[in-house]
Amino acid sequence: MTDVLAVADHRRGELRDVSYEIITAGRQLADETGGDLHLAVISGTVDDFADKLNREGVDAIHTVSHGEEFNHDVYTQAVTQLYDELAPQYVLTPNSVNGLDYAPAIANQLDLPVVTDTIDLDNDGETLVATREMYGGKVETTNQLEGDAVVTIRGAEWPAAEGTGDAAIEAFDADIDEDAIGSTVNGFEEVGGGDVDISEADLLVSVGRGIEEEENLDLIRDLADALGATLSSSRPIVDNGWLPKNRQVGQSGKVVTPDVYIAIGISGAVQHVAGMKGSDTIVAINTDPNAPIMDIADYAIVDDLFDVVPELIEEFDE
Amino acid sequence: MKILVTVKEVATVEDEFEIDGTEIADQYLGADLNEWDDYAIEEAVQLQEDGIADEVVAVTIGPEDCEQTIRQALAKGADRAVRVWDDALEDVDLLDVNAKTEILSAVIEEEDPDLVLSGVQAGDDSFAATGVSVAENIGFQWGAVVNHLEHDLDDGVASVRRELEGGVEELTNIDLPAVLTIQTGINEPRYASLRGIRQAQQKPMDVKALADIGVDESTIETELELTDMYEPESESDATFWEGSAEETASELGELLRDKGVAQ
Ligand SMILES: Cc1cc2nc3c(=O)[nH]c(=O)nc-3n(C[C@H](O)[C@H](O)[C@H](O)COP(=O)(O)OP(=O)(O)OC[C@H]3O[C@@H](n4cnc5c(N)ncnc54)[C@H](O)[C@@H]3O)c2cc1C
Repeated sequence: MTDVLAVADHRRGELRDVSYEIITAGRQLADETGGDLHLAVISGTVDDFADKLNREGVDAIHTVSHGEEFNHDVYTQAVTQLYDELAPQYVLTPNSVNGLDYAPAIANQLDLPVVTDTIDLDNDGETLVATREMYGGKVETTNQLEGDAVVTIRGAEWPAAEGTGDAAIEAFDADIDEDAIGSTVNGFEEVGGGDVDISEADLLVSVGRGIEEEENLDLIRDLADALGATLSSSRPIVDNGWLPKNRQVGQSGKVVTPDVYIAIGISGAVQHVAGMKGSDTIVAINTDPNAPIMDIADYAIVDDLFDVVPELIEEFDE
Repeated sequence: MKILVTVKEVATVEDEFEIDGTEIADQYLGADLNEWDDYAIEEAVQLQEDGIADEVVAVTIGPEDCEQTIRQALAKGADRAVRVWDDALEDVDLLDVNAKTEILSAVIEEEDPDLVLSGVQAGDDSFAATGVSVAENIGFQWGAVVNHLEHDLDDGVASVRRELEGGVEELTNIDLPAVLTIQTGINEPRYASLRGIRQAQQKPMDVKALADIGVDESTIETELELTDMYEPESESDATFWEGSAEETASELGELLRDKGVAQ
């Protein structure tokens, strides 16, 4: 068994970017194992999705037409049945919020190990070496496993597959047991509207957990005022209720692309970076010279924000 | 109803550290209650305060050292704790999802709760898979990355919001019994009061070995082997401004003026 079965992600009628990235990751693995790359697309307008997913490197696309949107019970049943039918070595899913809602279940049902949030994969024909991060990106680890596995891949780590493929597109007649569906999705809601749209700002002063106390936020507000900038933040600030949700930058917040993004006391966790890496110029103010934010910063001040920010305010208040 | 909360003491790492084999050297490590679990505990305690839960049990896998951290759950209002540890786990570098699933499932089956709350992920190994894996294993329903839970739990259904990407939330009804993995921001975790901390010392913490919960050593053999740990090669090509705060702030000021984004 050397094939790879990768599963696409979509929401509200749109394939998500990672669906094209997983083709690249899956193709690479299938080349290493000497197998085929099978793609599954489940629920929604599957035929339309299949046409779009038919890019270079895909050998077969299996469509499972059942319901409109993601339901983890449907996904779990469809993928485990595809696994039984195709007997692939690896099941690949995106490490998206939905991926994490069914990949572990598939692994458990199929009695396979699961390795999540991988950023690199390598197979020498026998052993899979999966690279992933620990401690919020402070270290990378390699992890080995033999045999079949369920693997989730981090978004934006592999390039999107391109070109037009000549995959065999086939409807897979999954036998979905409705009685086994224990949850119902009733809809979606956009959150974080409100007064300010941080995605429109040219200059963002963004604050993270390094600020420590709610009172200290005034310092950053003063800075934003002095610079004529818009205030945004990493997630913990919003979780603490210190700023409203519409100020959160990141995977579950807003994607921003200002001319300049000043990250103050923000470590640069992958979910934060997902929201701001497209900024034109990134400046980090952080006491930790090895914080992951430094990897994407254009300019950095390794110093205490409580020393630097007042100086900066002074400079512009004059 | 009875609520079980899975909790974990996670290792925290100092800014500067050294790696010793496949671990971070001890002297650079601290310990803390997993951030996501703190929110899970709070949610359970609030359900208890709302009169919905009769009992909140915290469950952990960890050595004796972690008890102080786990007692935080008791200090915040959990009624008792179960700690599973075994010599067989002593030398395992990385307890994989399947191993954790076997152990937690055995405890859950013994405790028979109506609802299990677990953190979305652990801040150290970041697998984000255990809750869902456990649910599937014991035949519970589940929901991953839950950032809102309606507290009526009417008719054996949990109405939740799952936080998807890009500021979109999914509204979902989940049949009980279920495992929900709790996302930060769902509530405001309380600080343990002094009284709570004192009381926590008196609350029961059952310690169990694998045999006590009927888990065979062979079933928790970890399939995933941690083979290397290293600091990621810095891809930073940032210009590091050096000097006093006054000097670096002035460099930044100049940049902002150059870019025409600040007055
Ligand atoms: C499913 C999921 C979705 C998520 N979505 C998001 C999201 O949308 N947005 C988001 O931001 N996060 C998100 N997160 C959380 C993310 O993983 C991180 O926990 C979060 O981004 C960390 O925020 P931070 O950088 O402010 O805090 P930390 O990681 O705690 O970093 C604080 C930083 O401040 C520095 N510091 C401390 N004191 C000082 C000082 N005096 N001066 C200067 N620097 C100092 C420290 O060196 C450190 O680098 C998500 C997580 C999950 C699991």
